[in-house]
Amino acid sequence: MSTPLLRLDHIGKEFYGNRVLSDITFDISAGEIIGLVGENGAGKSTLLNILFGMPVISSTGGHEGTIQIDGKTVHFTSPNQALAHGIGMVHQEFSLIPGFTATENILLNREVLNDSSMSYIFSDRVSTLNRTAMNDRARAAINTLGVDISPDMVVSEMPVGYKQFIEIAREIDRKNTRLLFLDEPTAVLTEQEAEILIIALQKLAKKGIAIVFISHRLSEVKQLCSRILVLRDGRLVTDQPATELTTRQIASLMVGRESERREVPPEFPEEPVEVSNATEVLESSPKKKKKKIRPALKVEHLWVDMPGETVRDVSFEVMKGEIFGIGGLAGHGKLGIPNGIMGLYPSGGKVLLKGRKLTLNKPRAALGRKMAFVSEDRRGVGLLLDEPLDWNITFTAMQTQGRFLLGIPYIFQMRNEHAMKKEARKFIDSLGIKCTGPNQLAGELSGGNQQKVCLAKAFVLRPDVLLICEPTRGIDIGAKTLVLDTLKEYNRENGTTIIITSSELEELRSVCNRVAIVDEGRIAGILPASSPAEEFGMLMMGEKPRTGLSATE
Amino acid sequence: MIRKLFDIIANNAVPAVFIIISAFAIPLSGYSASYLIQEMLTRIGRNSFLILSLLIPIMAGMGLNFGMVLGAMAGQIGLLFICDWGIVGIPGMVLACLIGTPIAIVLGIFCGHVLNRAKGREMVTSYILGFFINGVYQMVVLYLMGWIIPITNPALLLSRGYGVRNAVSLLGIRGVLDNLIPTIITGTQGAGQFFNINGGKSFILVQLPFLEGAIRIPLATLIVIGLFCIFIMWFRKTKLGQDMRAIGQSQAVADSAGIPVNRTRIIAIVISTVLACYGQIIYLQNMGTLNTYNSHDQAGMFSIAALLIGGASVSRATIANVFAGVILFHLMFIVAPVAGKNLIGDAQIGEYFRVFVSYGIIAIALVLHAWRRNREREAARRSLRGNKGGE
Repeated sequence: MSTPLLRLDHIGKEFYGNRVLSDITFDISAGEIIGLVGENGAGKSTLLNILFGMPVISSTGGHEGTIQIDGKTVHFTSPNQALAHGIGMVHQEFSLIPGFTATENILLNREVLNDSSMSYIFSDRVSTLNRTAMNDRARAAINTLGVDISPDMVVSEMPVGYKQFIEIAREIDRKNTRLLFLDEPTAVLTEQEAEILIIALQKLAKKGIAIVFISHRLSEVKQLCSRILVLRDGRLVTDQPATELTTRQIASLMVGRESERREVPPEFPEEPVEVSNATEVLESSPKKKKKKIRPALKVEHLWVDMPGETVRDVSFEVMKGEIFGIGGLAGHGKLGIPNGIMGLYPSGGKVLLKGRKLTLNKPRAALGRKMAFVSEDRRGVGLLLDEPLDWNITFTAMQTQGRFLLGIPYIFQMRNEHAMKKEARKFIDSLGIKCTGPNQLAGELSGGNQQKVCLAKAFVLRPDVLLICEPTRGIDIGAKTLVLDTLKEYNRENGTTIIITSSELEELRSVCNRVAIVDEGRIAGILPASSPAEEFGMLMMGEKPRTGLSATE
Repeated sequence: MIRKLFDIIANNAVPAVFIIISAFAIPLSGYSASYLIQEMLTRIGRNSFLILSLLIPIMAGMGLNFGMVLGAMAGQIGLLFICDWGIVGIPGMVLACLIGTPIAIVLGIFCGHVLNRAKGREMVTSYILGFFINGVYQMVVLYLMGWIIPITNPALLLSRGYGVRNAVSLLGIRGVLDNLIPTIITGTQGAGQFFNINGGKSFILVQLPFLEGAIRIPLATLIVIGLFCIFIMWFRKTKLGQDMRAIGQSQAVADSAGIPVNRTRIIAIVISTVLACYGQIIYLQNMGTLNTYNSHDQAGMFSIAALLIGGASVSRATIANVFAGVILFHLMFIVAPVAGKNLIGDAQIGEYFRVFVSYGIIAIALVLHAWRRNREREAARRSLRGNKGGE
């Protein structure tokens, strides 16, 4: 073949000594469709940022390696340069203007202008728009995609699927677009719409536009792409023709092999038997219900409007004394579940705590029912950064349970400083929080120690059910194991039901009895932690395990 | 369906209330139709240019430009100079505009830069900025004029020798634009009676048989306003106007499409400030006196109140809103005091109403805006879930 359209040569990137990409080398020819897959944190977005010359790259010291277009080395310092070289990008979230028509959006800032004498005096910006010419161009771009959308339709009145097509139409209207990046374009589409999109993309490829398709839906990637690249931990682990890979192989390549498994987490005693629909799909094992364990928490058809983590319809059960994991890719709603149950975001559905209905949308109600919550937003929601540790640790207990107070309730009450300090000291010792004492401000501690303070704050409530989001986010490895061990120990000693939400699958598998995987706001499946990693991977990629298993022969 | 009906009511509640109040107050006031029409025409000529200057920042998503008082101050400075130099008539007005323009541009650029640093809080920022610039204006007018800035006309200066008097007569330009093309409408029977109304000079006379009395029409002012409306309609169709609409709806999207967001916002504010400067000059040529230290204050508040009463919102305003606003707002001003006097025997009630209503309407509009934005955000969040999640 002749010179490839785009060639990446040993691309690497470090953020403050933290390596996120290393040695990425591949090339793309005109008209080729490439699938790029990888877990969160595999380096996909960093790679895109480098290709588009995003300021975040140059401001953190640039990148290693070279990028060549048509055999010429290029170095982008702003997204506009990438656009000028014919690289287009369709973002995951829509960048459309809701009140504008399809035409106005497709031609945004590339409007067709009438000639005007005024433009010689001032600039082109005082020329009027040529609406007819604009409509023609928009219609042409939409027709290329093979869909039927009126150019006069206002975007805010469009179904979601249409918006995606408008985004793509905008990129192909650019005369020089030769390479199109699509970041999760099918995430918001129905199956039918996704089908149309895939056909449209194949049409585009025939016209010589190279396409990089980023998706977590592996079946679509396999259907559409001729080559598949798998990124894991910042490395390119596979670059193979799509026909040579099964979806199961791709999934296991993404999540990694079994080798890193350290310890098999204890099977939950008495084999919790699932009753809910979501789990019945998976657990085809015969239902032996000798000793019936009552579920500590039962969630039915929960929806949560948490921005960026929308939960659509989630049902699951957690047994008493169980450690239950919730995993899945970022943005698919796993964080929304605990936040919704605790009432931090508008939610609906039914949550039963020990058989009794829990009032949603009221954090106070959840706390009153002896539930505790450790937020993923440690510095924002989790801690009072400018207050001392003893305040932080006892704050929720004081507010919701009336503990650590002196005096007569409703008439006159004051803090019991002595009891607060005593309690704080107890946790500082038992959790090994590194600090100068209960008087130190929470904001002065390191991430790991702050996390321990958050845990202490939850433990003080003596919860029956403890919900923890991202317990190890942003803390170093040593602290990670400490935090996880603390949780395990607390569970063993007090029999507390713990629900951990984490984006690190390995972490969940090492601590939890069972792990639920959330995909697009729904539970894709619940597996015992001892299941092989690629089964989890398949669930994350939106592959039903059953079809996934049978498809691989 | 119910939500849609509710939206229609919520969107038009303010003008509807004013129409109802006026419908009751007009008969109570006992004013004749020709008197009211005369007053309305005068007020349209006097105020609509100022109000029209608010439209462009709203289009650019910057809300109500409380910073228009900056432009009003620039216009007043222009007027002070022509008074001092004794230039009268249309040349005086043009010269005042020429002096005011560069000042308004500089103030507009300054205001634009400040507002770009306070995105999402433009309204409160521009409001406070108005107070700040008012301080600078007072320093210039009260201390520098007649001392560093040469002002020689003793009729303008305070008796201490520097600083401008509180009330400045604008006799030289009073009504020059309004009466440039003198036009009078009368009923048939009254034609001769009003013939010397224009000091014996010739004028355009239109006779309408059903009318009683005579109505003097500020034709030239209305033409200027008409031209300006055409300018706004043309502006909406330009690339710059399209960019402003895009920025008004989503700065992030506009930015990613390569539209220079900050620059465009500054242009919007500069245009608004310069137009407010001309608007204030037109306003004061009609009034005939300049309240050196107060005129500009009222300009901002009453213009914004009138626009909102015309049915505009913080994020959407049309030319029709401007005229509906001027008519409804001022109709109520004229009839409410007399109606109040006839009804309760106290004319003060009208004046009270005027101030109460202006501030009240602005407060309601801001609350409605915030409420609607929250609801839209909630709806957007809900739509993310699709319709399968149930409610």
